[in-house]
Amino acid sequence: MKNSLGIDIPDEVLAAGDEVYQGAFAKHHMIYQKAAPKTQAVIDPNQSKVLPDLKDAIRACGLKDGMTVSFHHHLRDGDYVVSMVMAAIAELGIKDITICATSLGSAHDSLVPLIEQGVITGISSSGLRGKIGKAISEGKLKNVARIRCHGGRMAAIASGRVHIDVAFIGAPTCDDYGNASGQGGISDCGVLSYGQIDAKYADHVVIVTDTMVPFPNLPASISCSDVDYIVKVDKIGDSDKIASHTLRMTENPRDLLLAENAAIIMKYAPYFKDGFSFQTGGGGPSLAVTRFLRPMLEEKGIKAGFTVGGCTRPMLELLQDGYLGAIMDAQDFDLASVESVHKTPGHYEISTSEYADPFNKGSYVNRLDYVFLGALEVDTDYNVNVITGADGVVRGAPGGHVDTAAGAKCTVVMAPLVRKGRLPSVRDKVLTVTTPGETVDVVVTEMGYAVNPKRQDLLEALADCPLHRYTIEELRDEAVALAGKQDEIEFTDQVVALVEYRDGTIIDVVRKVK
Amino acid sequence: MSNKNRLRRTLMFLNAQRANLVRDGYIYRPDSVIFDLEDAVALSEKDSARVALYHVLQYVDYHGVERLVRINGTDTPFWQEDIRAIVAGGCDGIRIPKCETAADVEKVDEAVTKAEQEFGQPAGSTLLFAGIESPLGVHNALELATSSERMTGISIGAGDFKGSMHAHYREDGAELYGARYALVMAARIAGVQCYDTVYTCVKDFEGLKKETQLIYDMGFDGKSVIYPRQVPVIHSVFTPTAKEIEKAEAIVTQLGSQASEGIGVFVIGGDMVDVAMLEGAKRTLMLAKAAGVYKGAVQL
Repeated sequence: MKNSLGIDIPDEVLAAGDEVYQGAFAKHHMIYQKAAPKTQAVIDPNQSKVLPDLKDAIRACGLKDGMTVSFHHHLRDGDYVVSMVMAAIAELGIKDITICATSLGSAHDSLVPLIEQGVITGISSSGLRGKIGKAISEGKLKNVARIRCHGGRMAAIASGRVHIDVAFIGAPTCDDYGNASGQGGISDCGVLSYGQIDAKYADHVVIVTDTMVPFPNLPASISCSDVDYIVKVDKIGDSDKIASHTLRMTENPRDLLLAENAAIIMKYAPYFKDGFSFQTGGGGPSLAVTRFLRPMLEEKGIKAGFTVGGCTRPMLELLQDGYLGAIMDAQDFDLASVESVHKTPGHYEISTSEYADPFNKGSYVNRLDYVFLGALEVDTDYNVNVITGADGVVRGAPGGHVDTAAGAKCTVVMAPLVRKGRLPSVRDKVLTVTTPGETVDVVVTEMGYAVNPKRQDLLEALADCPLHRYTIEELRDEAVALAGKQDEIEFTDQVVALVEYRDGTIIDVVRKVK
Repeated sequence: MSNKNRLRRTLMFLNAQRANLVRDGYIYRPDSVIFDLEDAVALSEKDSARVALYHVLQYVDYHGVERLVRINGTDTPFWQEDIRAIVAGGCDGIRIPKCETAADVEKVDEAVTKAEQEFGQPAGSTLLFAGIESPLGVHNALELATSSERMTGISIGAGDFKGSMHAHYREDGAELYGARYALVMAARIAGVQCYDTVYTCVKDFEGLKKETQLIYDMGFDGKSVIYPRQVPVIHSVFTPTAKEIEKAEAIVTQLGSQASEGIGVFVIGGDMVDVAMLEGAKRTLMLAKAAGVYKGAVQL
């Protein structure tokens, strides 16, 4: 069946209830019944929630073959929880497990043998980086993987399309009744935004912590009233690895040029006025945009209203110096942000549903003026790929890309014309559509920018912008002139992953590479 | 305006050995790039860098950014092949390193003339720039600046020069005052341009700004660059203020009409103005235009 982008989604890979993508806002005003978990009441005050180890917790939750477990990725490349829990599940002889993760990366390479052994047979996640992405692209996972953006995952859970049997929530601190926080302890990650929704919708909730603190552990990201069990382990992760290479502050002049060009677009677009809001996505150039903001704010004598999503040190500095009103934090990208949340006035934790869920009654992304996002590729219809690399292998993550692009008034996608010295970033067709072109307004490169023709208002507003304006086709020609024409990647017919749009419809598929 | 007199506020070095740098160095919007075949390229890579650079010169559209090449020194076995390859590729000009006497320039000039003939390039189209890096070179600055019809600009390279002079770094640049003045003066006498040395503390933009202001005030036409983020900082110093632009525009427009009435000296905004100020005023407007802050009617 073809979706509205003309992409063929094979009928045989669609599960019951799956629909194909029909437009970014096709589900606006959709009415649905929210899902609810099975809940075991805790009335007897003498019941202890603290169990000796993970296996006890797995047994206590009644985890069986074929069930679904969930995890968050606040500890990013420093996460130990996923590997630890899955190893315990494997040791108990449980098989056919589906992992519903917010993101998986290099910290989770140990899952590949479990995929090969049939312990893990299904995965849904935003990020599928490292060896897991490769294993999926090679067709090693029994079931077709699902790639979901952050908001899309929340909507899938809330609407019942995904049911979590047991949520394992790594928490830097927890008291003996289940009040869990992202702050304190020895593996601080700042916020637990992703875990908050899992705690509300999973049948069983297990907090995995390395630091027990006295009751009540407040402010709690996860409330004790949602928690079944608590397990203390030696260590849940390594905070120092939160800032992976995609989240480090870049000093690469090409990245900084891209960031500066994007900041110039921001300045000349019509939303740059007192109280405006913005978000910068992961990746060097996007994160670096914030560094160019201060002089622009000073020059115009304005301040930004709020940022949302991932928090970084430059945002904090803007907040502390009075250039920014508030940070609505759904994820901390560096240790300065981890340290600051709840302590710096104006730095607030929000849940991922509040951040980006398209099926709630309005999320923060809908209030964004600007979002600055990266891209592996962008095509002449402004569709963006942030999932598959130039070799066709799954290696990226939509994260909040899809959600913020749909929500923001001005979505700026930043792409160097050529990647890795040989790969054109602007091309006729992207390998995999993750973010539809109808939600992308401006593409910025080192050379200049192109405005989506559907945004005639922006085209007019940017008339005085000093950057060179191109058509998207001209940018494609520049990229191809620099990199040369690429050979087409060869795929088999086997679909290894479905790419869900944020409303759950299928926007594209990833096939097994030859 | 001839190519010789084009604006060269920034001349950015790009290591010719690194394909990912030379492929699209124009994106940083310097006025000129200098593909470096000399110091930046390892001895074992001289041939491959030269061949790769030939292809860049031939096939990459540099979008109006001038493409210069620093060849290997005339005391090495590489410089003649360098010249053949880059003239064949169609470079805009050559920076000769370690120039000390007119003879250093003359032999390059001769080789360039031959290469232009061999590869069918227009005679005289390849410009020359003398890199001055020694006390003798500074002493002979005027000789170097007038050594060839192709000579377009002279530049000071401070690293080697300071070493030879037994001089030490000073924040105010005092150790280079003499050399800088000698070069600017020689350039003005010879009617060529003059460029300052690179600023090596690549993260210190305040220091770069200060040094650029110094050389701008001294009369330099531009500055060599080793890090792309330095380009906008230097351009900002070379961007005239609104007041300077206003005055320059008045000088250029009024001098024309006053001159036709036989008036050589007159007053603008309380300041005495005469024809000697015309060139400076035109240069101010040119800089303002290049920086995108002047969209007035005066044609330059």
